[in-house]
Amino acid sequence: MFRKKTLSASSAKDRLQFVLVHDRTNLSHQDLNNLKNDLIEVLSRYVPIDRKAINISVEQDGRHQRLLADIPMKTISNRRR
Amino acid sequence: MTAEVITITSGKGGVGKTTCAANIGAALALTGDKVVCIDGDIGLRNLDVVLGLENRIVYDLVDVVEGRCRLRQAMIKDKRIPEFYLIPAAQTRDKTAVSPNDMVELCDRLRPDFDWVVIDCPAGIERGFRNAMAPADQVVVVTNPEISAVRDADRIIGLIEAEEKGPAKLILNRVNFDMVKRGDMLSGDDVVDLLAIELIGVLPDDEQVLVSSNQGIPVVFNEKSKISKAFRNIAGRIKGEEVPFLNLEERNDLLGALGRIFRGSNAK
Repeated sequence: MFRKKTLSASSAKDRLQFVLVHDRTNLSHQDLNNLKNDLIEVLSRYVPIDRKAINISVEQDGRHQRLLADIPMKTISNRRR
Repeated sequence: MTAEVITITSGKGGVGKTTCAANIGAALALTGDKVVCIDGDIGLRNLDVVLGLENRIVYDLVDVVEGRCRLRQAMIKDKRIPEFYLIPAAQTRDKTAVSPNDMVELCDRLRPDFDWVVIDCPAGIERGFRNAMAPADQVVVVTNPEISAVRDADRIIGLIEAEEKGPAKLILNRVNFDMVKRGDMLSGDDVVDLLAIELIGVLPDDEQVLVSSNQGIPVVFNEKSKISKAFRNIAGRIKGEEVPFLNLEERNDLLGALGRIFRGSNAK
C-alpha cells in the first residue's frame, strides 16, 4: 500500500480553519461572493481590473480576521514606463 | 489571602470539564493552597460524584444563595487533602435559581479565606455559562482534538473575549499520541494554530481517568500515573510557574524504558 493519502488530521485542520473564519466573522460563502462582486463593480469605475485574477479571502491572524483582497490591475500599454 | 477565581468551561459537553475541574482543584490543593470547587451545573450536578463526596451533601449552592444555610454549611471538606472543599450544585432546581450577581457575591465572600475558587461551568452558552463566567479572574477552556469540540471551543473563546474575561487558556484533553503521530488526530500545535490562545496542558486519553471516577478518587491522587503529573503541571502553570511540557508520547512500559535508556534520557 502507498502511504500517500491525505491524513485526516490535516483535513480536519483545513476544514476547521475555513469554518472558524466564517463563525467568527458571520460571513457566509455567499456574503463573501457578494462582497467580491460589489468590490469589483466599485473598483472598475476607477481602474481597469482583471476580474478573473481577483482573489478575496478572509484569513486568520491570531484571534483576529483579516480581509485580504488581491486585485491585479490591467496594464495599459501607453502608460508603461 | 485573596482567592483567584478560575472558571473551567468548554462550550461542548462531554469533553472532560468536570474531570479537569476536580483534578485541577485537587492538584492546586496538593501544593498546599486552600481551594474550594463550586459545581456550577445546577440541575445536572456531577462534581460531587467525580470527587467521591456525594454522600456528604446536606446543603448546596442554591441553599446558600437563597439563605437557607450559612456558606460554611454548604462547603464539604475533602478529608484526603488538608484544605480542599466542594460547594455542590442543587439537583432539583435549574440554572435560573442563581444569577451572575449571586455568583459574584458568593465568590467575594469566599475570596478572603481561599487561594483558589475553581468553578465547573455547565456545557452550553446560556445562563449557567454566564453564572460561571461572572466572577472569573481566569478562564480555562477544555477541548478535545475533534472538530466539533474545537469549533465550540472557538465560539466560547469569542464569548469570553466579549465578556472581557480573556484571554482564556486552553487544555487539550483526550489526546491519543499514536493517532497524532500517524497524522490522524489534531495535535496540540494544530489546535493552538486554530484557536490562537495559550495552551496550558495536553492530557492523554487515559483509562485511569474512568477508573478513578468509578472510585470517586481524583486521578491526580494516583501519583504514579502520567495524567496525574500532567494535572499537577497544569496546576503549576495556573500558579504562574514555568513548567516544561511532559513528553507524553513516551511509552510507560518495558520497551519505552529500554528506549529511554538507549537514548540516555531519563523519564521526566
